[in-house]
Amino acid sequence: MTFNACPLLEAASLFKQGWSPEWFCSWLGLPDELWRVLSLRDYNTRVVVFGTALLGAAAGVIGSFALLRKRALLGDALSHAMLPGIAVAYLISVLLGQEGKSLPLLLLGATLSGLLGTCCVLGIRQWTKLKEDAALSIVLSVFFGAGVALLGIVQQTTRGHAAGLESFIFGKASALAVEDAWVIFGGGLCCVLLVILFFKEWKLLCFDETFAASSGWPVLGLDWLMMLLIVLISVIGLQAVGLVLMIALLVIPPAAARFWTDQLRTMVWLAGALGCVSSFGGAIVSALLPRLPSGAMIVLFAGAMFLLSFLLGTRRGILFQAWQSWRLQQRVQRQHLLRAMFELSELQAAGAASSVGQPAPVSRERLQGMRSWSKRQLATEINRAVTAGLVIPLSSDQLRLTAAGQQMASKLVHQHRLWELYLITHAEQAPSKVDRDADQMEHVLTPEMIARLERLLNASQQGGSVPSSPHPILPPPETERIGGEQA
Amino acid sequence: MTSSRSQNELPLSVYDLTVAYQRKPVLWDVGFEVPPGSLVGVVGPNGAGKSTLLKAVLELLPKVSGQIRFFGGSYAENRHRVGYVPQRESVDWDFPIDALDVVTMGLYRQIGWFRRVNRAHRDRAMAALEQVGIADLAHRQISQLSGGQQQRTFLARALVQGADLYLMDEPFAAVDAATELAVLAVLREMKAAGKTAMVIHHDLQTVPHYFDYVLLLNMRVVAFGPTSEVFTTENLQKTYGGRLTLLEEATHAMRERGRQR
Amino acid sequence: MNGLWPDDWSWQLDGWIILAGVLCALSSALVGNFLVLRKLSLLGDAISHAVLPGLAIAFLVTASRSSWPMFLGAVIAGLVTAGATQWIRSAGKVDEGASLGVVFTCLFALGLVLIVQAADRVDLDPGCVLYGAIETTPLDQVSWLGWRMPRVVWVLGTVLLVNVLVLGVLYKEFQLSSFDPSMSTALGISAHGMHSLLMVLVAVTAVASFESVGNILVVAMLVVPPAAAQLISDRLGRVIAWSLILAAFSAVLGHWLATVVPRAMGYRAVSTSAMIAVAAGLLFCVCFLVGPRQGVLSRWWQRRAAAAEMLAEDVVGWLYRREEKLAAADKASREAGAGPEELASGLGVALGPLRRNLKRLVRRGTLQNVAGRYQLTAAGREEGQRVVRAHRLWEQYLVEQAEVPLSRIHEHAERFEHVTTARMREALAEQTDGTERDPHGSRIPPEH
Repeated sequence: MTFNACPLLEAASLFKQGWSPEWFCSWLGLPDELWRVLSLRDYNTRVVVFGTALLGAAAGVIGSFALLRKRALLGDALSHAMLPGIAVAYLISVLLGQEGKSLPLLLLGATLSGLLGTCCVLGIRQWTKLKEDAALSIVLSVFFGAGVALLGIVQQTTRGHAAGLESFIFGKASALAVEDAWVIFGGGLCCVLLVILFFKEWKLLCFDETFAASSGWPVLGLDWLMMLLIVLISVIGLQAVGLVLMIALLVIPPAAARFWTDQLRTMVWLAGALGCVSSFGGAIVSALLPRLPSGAMIVLFAGAMFLLSFLLGTRRGILFQAWQSWRLQQRVQRQHLLRAMFELSELQAAGAASSVGQPAPVSRERLQGMRSWSKRQLATEINRAVTAGLVIPLSSDQLRLTAAGQQMASKLVHQHRLWELYLITHAEQAPSKVDRDADQMEHVLTPEMIARLERLLNASQQGGSVPSSPHPILPPPETERIGGEQA
Repeated sequence: MTSSRSQNELPLSVYDLTVAYQRKPVLWDVGFEVPPGSLVGVVGPNGAGKSTLLKAVLELLPKVSGQIRFFGGSYAENRHRVGYVPQRESVDWDFPIDALDVVTMGLYRQIGWFRRVNRAHRDRAMAALEQVGIADLAHRQISQLSGGQQQRTFLARALVQGADLYLMDEPFAAVDAATELAVLAVLREMKAAGKTAMVIHHDLQTVPHYFDYVLLLNMRVVAFGPTSEVFTTENLQKTYGGRLTLLEEATHAMRERGRQR
Repeated sequence: MNGLWPDDWSWQLDGWIILAGVLCALSSALVGNFLVLRKLSLLGDAISHAVLPGLAIAFLVTASRSSWPMFLGAVIAGLVTAGATQWIRSAGKVDEGASLGVVFTCLFALGLVLIVQAADRVDLDPGCVLYGAIETTPLDQVSWLGWRMPRVVWVLGTVLLVNVLVLGVLYKEFQLSSFDPSMSTALGISAHGMHSLLMVLVAVTAVASFESVGNILVVAMLVVPPAAAQLISDRLGRVIAWSLILAAFSAVLGHWLATVVPRAMGYRAVSTSAMIAVAAGLLFCVCFLVGPRQGVLSRWWQRRAAAAEMLAEDVVGWLYRREEKLAAADKASREAGAGPEELASGLGVALGPLRRNLKRLVRRGTLQNVAGRYQLTAAGREEGQRVVRAHRLWEQYLVEQAEVPLSRIHEHAERFEHVTTARMREALAEQTDGTERDPHGSRIPPEH
C-alpha cells in the first residue's frame, strides 16, 4: 500500500502547488534542460527545431515524387557529390581572404557539385552500357572520396579546424546558427510551394512520361526542375541531417506514407507530415544530447515511423493485410457453416412435411459430413455462430438456424446456386463440377454481379427466394458422389 | 476542330518515313495516307516496328528522314486534335491514383499550366469512363483494376481529349471479351462521329470485322488500303513470311559503324 | 624508388600502406564484378554502410576490439540488410531502390548512435568509419609464423584469399546464376543461394576493410574498377582481369596522389583511402573516354574513321563509274582520272577533307597522282568494281524483294554499299537470281 500511496500523494500535491511543467519534469526525475528544450524556450532552439521540421516536411513532399519517378537513390549520389563542392567553396573563400564559413558560398558550391554529380550519373547512363545502379555508386564514391581529400586540405588551412565542415557529413542540428536555420526554413518553404504549383504536371510525368510527352508537356524541363529541387532540398538539409543520411529524409517518409494511402495527394502530404515529425524529434534529441549526430537521430525517428507504417498501414501494412485475410477467412468459414445447415435442413424439410416458418433442426453428425472440416473446426465455428445469434443449439447434438441465420443463409445459397446455374447454362460446365467452383465464388460476388446474374438467368422468382439446387446436395461418401453425376 | 475541315483534310499522312533507333526495329520508307473517318488496323509480326511507327509519328522518337502531316499541318500545331493510347505495360499500375485521376490526365493540356482540376473536368472524365462502361470503378485504385479495365481507363483518357484522330497501341492485347466489345463499340462510335483511328492489332481473324482500312507493316509498308482489297492471303504471306534478312544485316552493320544519317 | 615519390618514402611505411590498399582494392573489385553484373552495385554500397551497427554491437557486448565477434556481428548485419531489403520489397511492394534506402540508412544511423555511445571506451569515431585510417597501417604489427606484418595486411590478405578461392571454385556457377538466374536454378544451382553467398563475401570484405581503409574506399572499389573494366571488354574473364589491374593500379596511384600532390602544393598529405577512390574515378574517366569499344572519344574516332572510309569508297566508286561511262574511249582518256575539284563537285563534298582522303588513298596504293589528276590503280579498280557491284545489287534487291519504289533505291543503296561484305554480295546475287542489270539498266559488274 505504501508503495502505491507515494505517487498518489505527490500527484495530490501537484494540485496544491498548481500545475507547473518544470516541477513536473523534476518530479519525473528529468533534468531541467529537457524541459527547456521541449518547451522551445530558447529562441535558438526554437528556430533550429522549426527549421529542421520544415526541412523534413519539404524533403518528404519532394521525395514522394522522386520515389514515384523511381529515382529514390539519386538523392544519395548527389548528396555525397556535394562534399567536394563544399570544400572547394571553402578554399575559394579563404583564398579570397574572407571568413571561411560563408554559408551562401558553401551552399552554392554544394549545389554546383551536386548538379555535376547528377550530370555524371545521366552521362554514364547515356553513353555507356552501364546501368543506373553502377552509375550512382561510381558518382557517390568518387565524388565523396574527392571531398574527403579536399577536406583534408581544408583542415590544414589556418582556420580550417574551426570551420566545422565535418558537420556537413553527419549533420549537427544543434550547431546550426540562427541564420542557417532561416536558410533551411526559406528553402523548405520554397520547395513546398513549387510542389503545390507543379503538382498536376509532376503527377502526370511520374505516372506516364510517354503520354506526357505526346500531349506536348516539356518532359525534359519538368524532369530537370524536379531534380533541381531534390538538389536544393539536399543542399539545405546537409547541415541538419548530413550528406550521408540525407537520402533517408527523401526516401523513408514517402515509402512509409505509401502504406497508408492509395491517393497521391494524401501520400505527398502524409510524407511531409512524417518527415516533419521525424525531423522535429531528431532535432530535439540532438539539442538535448549534442554529442549525438542529429542526422542519425532523425533517421532513427523516420525509421521507426516506417516500421509502424510497414506493419500497421491501412493499405499495405503487412499486419493489416494479415488481419484482413484472417477476417475474410472467418467470414468464409461462417458462410460455409450457414449454407451447410441450410441445405441440410432443406433436405430434411423435403423428406418430412415441414412445419412452415421454422427451418428443420440438423444434427452435428450430418453437418460434419457436409464438408471436409475437422471436428474441432466445426465446433469452434458453431460456437461462434451461436454467439452471433445465427444458430440455436437445441440439444447437445441438434442445431437450428435462427431467423437471422436463416435469412443470411438463404441469401448465400441463393448466390451459390445462381452461380452454379450460370456456369451450367452459360459456361457449359457439367453440373457435378459446378459446386466446387461456386464454393469459391459465392464469397466474392458483389451485389451488382448478383443483380446481373439474376437478370441474365431470370431464374429466380425475385425477392431473394432460393432456386433449387442443380445437383444433388448430399455429398457424403466420395464414391457416391461420383456415381451420382448422372442424376 | 470543325468537322467540315476534318472532312477535307487527311488526318494523318506519312511520306518516306525512315526511323533508325538503337536496338529497336527500324522503319524504311514508310508512306501512307489515312483517309478521314476511317478505322485503320496496323498489322505485322513482332518486331515489325508497329509501336515504333506510332511513336515516331508522335515525335516521341527521332526520325532519320520523312515527312509527317496531321490535318495538313505539323504535330505541334494539331496536337489537340490527336489522342494517343499507349501500351498498357508502359506504366507502373501501382501508382497511387484512381481511375478517374488517370482519365483526368487527358485534360491536363487543356487545363494548362498550374491550374487546378475542377468539378467540370472531373465530370467530363466521368462521362468518358461511362462511355467505356466502367464508371462504377472511377474511384478504384488502378492496381485493383483488371487488365481489361486498365485498358479501358487508358481509352477513356484518350476519349476525354475530344480528339479527331486516335492512335492506339494494342488496345485489344490481353483483354477480356467484355473489354474487347467495349473498345470496339467505342471505335464504331468514333467512326460514326467522323473521327479517325489507327489501331495496332494482333488478332488477324478479327481484322476484316473491325477495320475498314489496313496497314500491313514489316519494316516497310507491305500494303495499305481498304481491308477488302488489301487484306489478302498473298499480302499476309509477304508480311509475315520470310523477313528481309539481308536488309536487316545491312542496317545492323550500319549501326555498328555508328553512322546514322 | 625514383623521383616520382617523395624523399622520405620508405618500404616500412608507404610500402605497407600501399600493400594494404592493393589488397583491399583487389578483394573488393573481385566480388564487385558480380555485383555490377547483377545490377546490385547499390546493395554493395548499402551493405558496407550497414555493417556498422554489427560492429558496434559486437564491440559493446564484448567490450573489446577483438576481431572475431566484430567480424561475426558485421557479417550478420550485412546479411540482415540484404534480407530485409528483399523482404520489404516483396511484402510491402516498395520500390527496390527505396527499400534499400530505408534499410541501410536506418542501420547506419543506428550504428552511428551506438558508436557514439561506445566512443567513451575506445577510439572509434564516425569519421574514421567513413574514410578509415589506412595511414596507421604500419603501426599495428603482429607476427605469425615468424612473419612480422601489419595486422591489417594479414586480415586483408586472408579475405582476398577467401574471395579468390570461393569465386575461383564457383566461377561458372556465379557466371550462370548472374546471367540467367532461372536457368541456373533449374539446373540445380540455386540462384538464391549464390546471391546469399555473394552477400556474405561482400559483407566479409566490407568488414575487413572497414576500420583500416574505411567504408568509402570499399564502395569505390566494389563498383568503380569493375564498371571501368566493363567499358574495356565484353568477356567476363577479361572484365575481371581488367578490374583487378585497375583496382591495384588505383591503389598505388591513390597513395601517390595523397602524398605527393598535396606536398607539391604546399600542404601535408591527405587521406590515402579517399585518394584511392579518386584515383579509381580518374581511371574510370580514362576508360569512359578511350575504352576501345565503349569509350566516348574512341567511338567518336571510329565514327570519323568510318566516315573517311566511306568517302574513300565513294571516290573509288565514282572513278570506276567514270571509266565505265567512257568505255568507248581509248584507254588513256578512259583512265585519265579526275582532279580534286572535279571529284568534289561530282561527289558533293567539301574539298578540304577530300584532299586528305585522296592523299591517304594514294599512300594505300588505290590511287595514283599523275600531274594533279587522281587515277585508279589496278587494285583501286578492283575495289571500285566491288563498290559498284554492291550498289547495283542492292538496288536490284530493294526493287525486287523489298518493293521499294524506284525513286528511293539509290539513296538506300548508297548507304548499304559501304557495309556489304563479300558474303552479303553473294547472297544478294543469289536472291536477285544472278541478274546482270540493275533497275536503272546499268550492268552489274561481276565479282572480282
